[in-house]
Amino acid sequence: MDLNLIFTTTAVISVIGLVCGILLAFIAKKFGEKEDPRVALVEDVLPGANCGGCGYAGCAAYARAIVLDDAPLNLCIPSGPKTLEALSRVTGRAGGEMVEPLMAVILCSGDRNAAQRQSDYNGISDCSAANVVAGGWKACAYGCLGFGTCARMCAFGAISIRDGLAVVDPELCTGCGACAKVCPRMLIKIVPRKHKINIMCSSLERGAVVRKICEKGCIGCTMCVRLENNPETLSMNGALARIDYSKEPIKNEGVIEKCPVKCIVKIG
Amino acid sequence: MKIIKAPFKFSGGVHPPDKKIFSNAAPLQDLPLPAILKVPFVQHLGAPAKAVVKKGDKVKRGDLIAAASGFISASVHAPTSGTVKGFESLPTAVGRSVEHCVIESDGLDERSELLQPFPDWETRDVSELIERVADAGVVGMGGAGFPTSVKINPPPNKKVHTLIINGAECEPYLTADHRMMLDRTEDVWLGIQIVRKILDVKTVYICIEENKQDAIEKFSKIECDDDVMIVSLKTYYPHGSEKQQIYVTLGYEVPSGGLPADIGCVVGNIGTSVAVKEAVVDGWPLDSRCVTVTGEVVVNPGNFIVRCGTSYDELFEAAGGFRENPAKVISGGPMMGFAVANTDVTVTKTTSGILAQSLAQTMRFTSLPCISCGRCNDVCPMKLLPSDMSCAIEADDIDAAIRLNVSDCFECGCCSYVCPSHRPLVQHFRRAKGVAALNKMLKAKEMEEKAAQARAEAQKKCEIAHAESEAKIESDQIQVAVVKDEISRAWGESVDAHPGAEQSVEASNGKDDNAKPGEQEITE
Repeated sequence: MDLNLIFTTTAVISVIGLVCGILLAFIAKKFGEKEDPRVALVEDVLPGANCGGCGYAGCAAYARAIVLDDAPLNLCIPSGPKTLEALSRVTGRAGGEMVEPLMAVILCSGDRNAAQRQSDYNGISDCSAANVVAGGWKACAYGCLGFGTCARMCAFGAISIRDGLAVVDPELCTGCGACAKVCPRMLIKIVPRKHKINIMCSSLERGAVVRKICEKGCIGCTMCVRLENNPETLSMNGALARIDYSKEPIKNEGVIEKCPVKCIVKIG
Repeated sequence: MKIIKAPFKFSGGVHPPDKKIFSNAAPLQDLPLPAILKVPFVQHLGAPAKAVVKKGDKVKRGDLIAAASGFISASVHAPTSGTVKGFESLPTAVGRSVEHCVIESDGLDERSELLQPFPDWETRDVSELIERVADAGVVGMGGAGFPTSVKINPPPNKKVHTLIINGAECEPYLTADHRMMLDRTEDVWLGIQIVRKILDVKTVYICIEENKQDAIEKFSKIECDDDVMIVSLKTYYPHGSEKQQIYVTLGYEVPSGGLPADIGCVVGNIGTSVAVKEAVVDGWPLDSRCVTVTGEVVVNPGNFIVRCGTSYDELFEAAGGFRENPAKVISGGPMMGFAVANTDVTVTKTTSGILAQSLAQTMRFTSLPCISCGRCNDVCPMKLLPSDMSCAIEADDIDAAIRLNVSDCFECGCCSYVCPSHRPLVQHFRRAKGVAALNKMLKAKEMEEKAAQARAEAQKKCEIAHAESEAKIESDQIQVAVVKDEISRAWGESVDAHPGAEQSVEASNGKDDNAKPGEQEITE
């Protein structure tokens, strides 16, 4: 075999490779799309749970919005003030106040032992499906159906079903609000964490009716309202005591003891 | 009346055992008047009626107790004479909480003279007749409860050419319309004539399924012109759905999301025809209807004329009670009806039947995964894809189901009937519609909140701007005062001496400073 041939081949291929390489490098430099390196830095700081609580489609989208559209830094409620600090360090912007820490509360305490059953339900195991069949198995038209549609939506595993009632674990809940959007009875409220004392009932029925169908339903006795004596926070909405979550929380812990049906609960 | 065979056939459909044998031989009978009637304010499609009576009021049969609120709504009338005991929020057959008016009957059952009878309806004005149908609270009695006065008064740009009277009653077990056609043929025919006059149409088709030969025979004996025809339909489900009925009779398809009036048809029900006749000729509002009480476990199944507001319990009692404890009670037929949660719910204008089933009949199946056999797609009369839709909904992808036109599903139940995996397909579709409605509501709420926020911001801006302009006006006024001061100083004592001069200075401020001195000189 001619040694020359080998040299020529190598040389030709090397030259072609070199030319192509230079050409590719040139094209990449000229037309290549540049991903802002800051986006990756910001994304590293974010928790990566993709809960959507910030209003953007996942953490990557929020990171891009922070870098490119100057989105506020304090929208990631689940990760708390530490992330806010880290974000302002990375971006060099002032983070502002952390949004008030939130959590979900499910305003029903009628579990299988407390609430009356009106019929057997034998359909799809989903709250929104049960709600369209004669209003579900519970005699109360306002109460939690307990099929766990909210629990399936929770990215943090904060909702569990205990005795046919959805219960939020305040330790795990981040207040992202994904659960509140799927509850067909709209029982889930996203409230500031400082509201530790909650009235766990949503029934607008009269007291006599509530007493018949649920042991733990608010009967509208107004005991808590009189005890707290702060109409701004705690007032009666027909036969249901209702907390205005935009106001200061309830101070008097005596209401928990005094409630005759024990539907006032301290959370967290 | 001429009898013709249905010229077209719709795609899909099923043929379940019709089981009408239990009650189709039982003539209509009046139910004994119950002591307490709980009349719901929502017995129709549309906005709830608004109460016009108070607790303690005495009412007579046919008195208005709740007036229609809005265009698509219907009035509710007292079904008997008695006292209004109060108002209660109770669940209806579909499980929704609705305001009910509780009336205690006085046993006299006196009729009110609220509406004047129109025995001379043929010479009356059409608008007068439509108003009467609206005043009598007549709604479609086939199940949906669409206000009849709206249906028979289509907008002027939609010319109606055909009236179809739906006597198919394809739903198994139910015989209410069948008995109505047999026992009250004259009333049905009179009602059809009134609706025909109101709509000003020539062609009328009365669609009756072949399993009701006696009704077809009875109608064929009526003397009338050749434009009224009986269409004999093959016994097949769902012939009673208006879209399918229009198709088999005329070959027209109702556009997706549209109404029959869009293609020039109006479909009326047998019960509705009788209600229209009673409203117009007798001046009786719609306060009662024919209900079939049936099922294998009912001792004496029958067809009863029932006042709206009667509890289901009373009906079962009148039918002789149960042979064995029923496991399931359905409001309506087995294909499209709603299982009720308790039997204390009341009969409304749209309750065509109540069906009790034993435990053996309500066999419980577990829903298995879709095996893609495609039987549901074959039987869907709306040509939808139930298999794809149900899988999408199971994966919580409601948007995909909406793209597959789940909103066109009228929940006939053919797909669930044939599914070999026992999938509750119709419930999936109901769920999708429910979730879509919820999402729409949440979105509207969000938009409202955003709008409120924007309004608040705008108001804040306005307030700031107002404060700024206020401050500017103040500073301007100070300037004016300074200028005024200067002017008065320049005029000196002569101005002071002259009474009213100051006023004139004030009035002329900045306007004609130059003209003033001259004038002053002249007066001086």
